[in-house]
Amino acid sequence: MPAGSGTFRRVKSRDLAYVALFAAIVAVLGLLPPVNVPGFPVPITAQTLGVMLAGSVLGAKRGGLALLVFLALVAMGAPLLSGGRGGLSVFAGPTAGYLYSWPIAAFVIGLLTQLFWRRFNLAWALVANLIGGILVIYAIGIPFTSLFGDVPLWASFTGSLTFIPGDVVKAVVASLVAVAVRRAYPVIELPSRRATAS
Amino acid sequence: MLSLYVPGRSVVHRAPAGLKLGLLAALGVGLFLTERPAVVGGALVGALAVGLGAARLPWRALAVQVRPVWLWLALLFVFHLLATDLRTGTVAVLRLLALLVTAAVVTATTRVTALVAVVEWLASPLRVFGVRPARIGLVIAMTLRFIPLVAERAARIREAQAARGAYRLRWGMAVPLLVQVLRMAATVGEALDARGADDAPARRPRARPAVAS
Repeated sequence: MPAGSGTFRRVKSRDLAYVALFAAIVAVLGLLPPVNVPGFPVPITAQTLGVMLAGSVLGAKRGGLALLVFLALVAMGAPLLSGGRGGLSVFAGPTAGYLYSWPIAAFVIGLLTQLFWRRFNLAWALVANLIGGILVIYAIGIPFTSLFGDVPLWASFTGSLTFIPGDVVKAVVASLVAVAVRRAYPVIELPSRRATAS
Repeated sequence: MLSLYVPGRSVVHRAPAGLKLGLLAALGVGLFLTERPAVVGGALVGALAVGLGAARLPWRALAVQVRPVWLWLALLFVFHLLATDLRTGTVAVLRLLALLVTAAVVTATTRVTALVAVVEWLASPLRVFGVRPARIGLVIAMTLRFIPLVAERAARIREAQAARGAYRLRWGMAVPLLVQVLRMAATVGEALDARGADDAPARRPRARPAVAS
């Protein structure tokens, strides 16, 4: 924890609550009915929207932790994935790579968001969400599917392309929301900046 | 809270959660080291025998967990018939089924509290990053409490916006909702501090080192 100034005690419990909150938000987004694309087994869900929001509202560390907590709950048998899925079996399935990518994606989005934080606007938010929320997720999910299903990489890749449009829409929504939330209730603080200034 | 746990008192139920998870992980690695249908099929039969026989789980408890991926398995099989051969396809499908059933058995026979304990244990290396494993239980409890709360607030804001005729701007409700729940979470955090939830044992004032001597 780099933020170690006078208020460290208060910050920590609040951080835990933020982490729990976004784990809960991802779960609630899973309650929205998934959109099924005919002919492909992975339904489009709103849950990756939660991944993007966790990163771009909470920042790298807390965002990544929120998704870890969420996945821990799923692993313990809470049916929180869209469509009411849960339990350890979802971590063995062929599309499990996408799940494993979520904490990393949230972390990367948070990292980029913190990097851009002082001049954060819609454009920078989009950059963060497209890189972290799409590139990272597919870079992990696609090879995983091909490995677990014994499917060649190209087949796994072309199969995933159908989801890109939906994911771009989610990245735009997440960016709009992240910019607005930053203006209304900024959660990310950059203590290192202040420390170097003083 | 909904859970996929099925109560019971079998040997499988009573086996330590860490052992079950360890075996599951070992199987996950081991099955990918073999291409022999007999071994992979045997693993599936074994998993079913443990789940339905030894643990006496109802057939449905396993089906509920495996059903969501059936379509995917069918597609995978068809793909292999077209692209490779029957043998590779059968092994790939059986392997995934064996893993899915084993994972379903572990989930159905292990209490959430036992799994939390394993998670805490697994998280102990995260101490390096400043994570205190003992607090993971607290975060999980908070999350379970926040889920219905967030859902309820979302419904309330949607109603408020609909009342003003704003039916279409659906993502517009996200901002007021997020600000509201972020405030709430901050309040919960402060309440926890007020009750001393963040008192790390290390920071608690210990008995003074013997000054007199």
